[in-house]
Amino acid sequence: MLPCGTYNRHYSEDMAILRTRSHWGLLMAFLFLLAAIPLFAGYQWENLITLICFYVINAVGLNILLGYTGQVALGQAAFMAVGAYTSGILTAKAGIPFILALPLAGMLAGAAGIMFGLPSMRVKGFYLALVTLGAQFIIIYIMEHLEITGGTDGMTCDFASIGGLVLDTPSKIYWLVMVVTVILVFLAMNLMRTRVGRAFIAIRDNDIAAEVLGVNIYYYKLLAFFIGCFYSGIAGALWAHYTTSLHPSQFPLHNGILYLGIIVVGGMGTMFGPIAGAVVMRGLDEIVMIVFPKLAAAFPSLGANMAPALGPMAFGLVFILFLIFEPRGIAHGWGRLKSSVEHWPFAY
Amino acid sequence: MDKFMGLLSNGLAVGGVYACVALGFTLIFKATRVFNFAVGNFVCIGAFLVWTCAVQFHLSMVVSILLGLVGGGALGFLCDRLFVRPMIGQDILSIIIMTLVLSFFLNGLAMLIWGSVPGVYPDYLPRGSLGIGGAAVGTDIIFCFVAALVIAGLIALYFERAKGSLAMRATAEDHQVAQAAGIRVKNISTLVWTVAGAVCAIGGLLLGTIRGIDMYLPEFGLKVVPAVLIGGLESISGAVAGGLIIGVLEKLASGYINPIVGGGIETCFAYIVMIIFIILKPHGLFGLKKIERL
Repeated sequence: MLPCGTYNRHYSEDMAILRTRSHWGLLMAFLFLLAAIPLFAGYQWENLITLICFYVINAVGLNILLGYTGQVALGQAAFMAVGAYTSGILTAKAGIPFILALPLAGMLAGAAGIMFGLPSMRVKGFYLALVTLGAQFIIIYIMEHLEITGGTDGMTCDFASIGGLVLDTPSKIYWLVMVVTVILVFLAMNLMRTRVGRAFIAIRDNDIAAEVLGVNIYYYKLLAFFIGCFYSGIAGALWAHYTTSLHPSQFPLHNGILYLGIIVVGGMGTMFGPIAGAVVMRGLDEIVMIVFPKLAAAFPSLGANMAPALGPMAFGLVFILFLIFEPRGIAHGWGRLKSSVEHWPFAY
Repeated sequence: MDKFMGLLSNGLAVGGVYACVALGFTLIFKATRVFNFAVGNFVCIGAFLVWTCAVQFHLSMVVSILLGLVGGGALGFLCDRLFVRPMIGQDILSIIIMTLVLSFFLNGLAMLIWGSVPGVYPDYLPRGSLGIGGAAVGTDIIFCFVAALVIAGLIALYFERAKGSLAMRATAEDHQVAQAAGIRVKNISTLVWTVAGAVCAIGGLLLGTIRGIDMYLPEFGLKVVPAVLIGGLESISGAVAGGLIIGVLEKLASGYINPIVGGGIETCFAYIVMIIFIILKPHGLFGLKKIERL
């Protein structure tokens, strides 16, 4: 909704994502703040925001696939693994520069996504969810048994380097990840305004109607799989150069479900949703990691399992509560809050 | 040949358990159209419940199994009341996600209560082995196979024949029609979740007997999903057949493919078979063929 007193007089104004000067100002201030965080915030904040970015990239990609196109995907963690190993192997063993390896990792993950998306030509809904569930187990199995990935011993990879600049400190990694995240979010945001994005939404809302309207649904479904898994692959590639040691167990099924939950918490089919969800869930993660060991120390009778167990429980509970009480997520709640503030003191 | 028979018998035993749990899955699906992805966690919690009663509380095995059954049923009941019922009327996607995050939650719960220390049941079955086709098969494995099949048979019989199950079948057909005929659809949902919880607990007990109890049970139990799909989602006999097929194929793969690829194929072989089935025969062996435009 446009702010009061703003009217669209040209088509270009109607199309613009940012309509008013204050929008531009706020965006610039926000981007500036993001860029400046390493200058004044400590290592912990950098690390936290870097981790949020991994969630954001994954969730934005999955949101294109699930929230916009309506294709359930449970195996995003495995596609992240594909990207991570691709980038790790290309830079460490083939000597390809990181700047090339990053898109290649995304491409390969996307190609894997297309491969497991192919059954979408024959089945949909629950069956497709099962194919992606299978993809998770099959891909991780392959990672565990290929020689080049180091199998269950895992592998080490180098820090990313761009033109001789080695990104080995948390600040440099932060900047890299942040730049990529901002670009990817921007691309996703624009994609949804194009012919492709509209085709995705048409398929989600009613695939038969979409086909009648001339949308080639097979092509667009596969494209959605490619894009969703491309995002996961990019996240994986960045992850590889963030941890510098890879192991198949870093990409369990649980993570894939976690990304799903992030979208649910944030709000499916919105651009703001996955970002908000990622921030909230990562925040919850931090709270779990800080508070629960203390709880465990205070109540030793509950046993040593409390710290690792309460994390999934807290996450699961938050997801469940959102599904029951606010299935449209934070994005919807935020929109309601905003409109009630704008209309105050009137009800609507 | 000995190797083949050994693998076959082991596979049938595990497959019997899969069949049993798969029934729990199919029951819920048939009556309410809900895919219960938390089925693996039901299995895990059921197995641990029996273990707690038997090992930590030193109860006799029979009492423990009964308590495990009650506990599993209670778990199913609670899940239905607390998590599934509020989702009535939402689209299928939300309900799939609900059971997925439910598995997240239950995983944490099991972790909190039992931790990651694996457990073993006390010997409650006569030890020994029988020679079948030249291969020695443990009596416990035979027992598990028979027990799983008996339970599967009882449930199938109830669902197909008994009068009370008519309401269930009507609910499976169409919720609104069933309601119009005076059937309380919500009660049916509670009933199937409770029964499924108990059946999964039995499955957990049998699985625990065969391979020990640990935190990998949920992943193991999740393999009934491929089994159900291969059998055909709506079919009771299909669930049993699918379970047996997956169990046997998995063991055969671990015997004959593992030496080639270097181990571990049983973790994903069920899913490979499942994907092949989805591509070639998406409605499974005994499922209803629905004509659906894509």
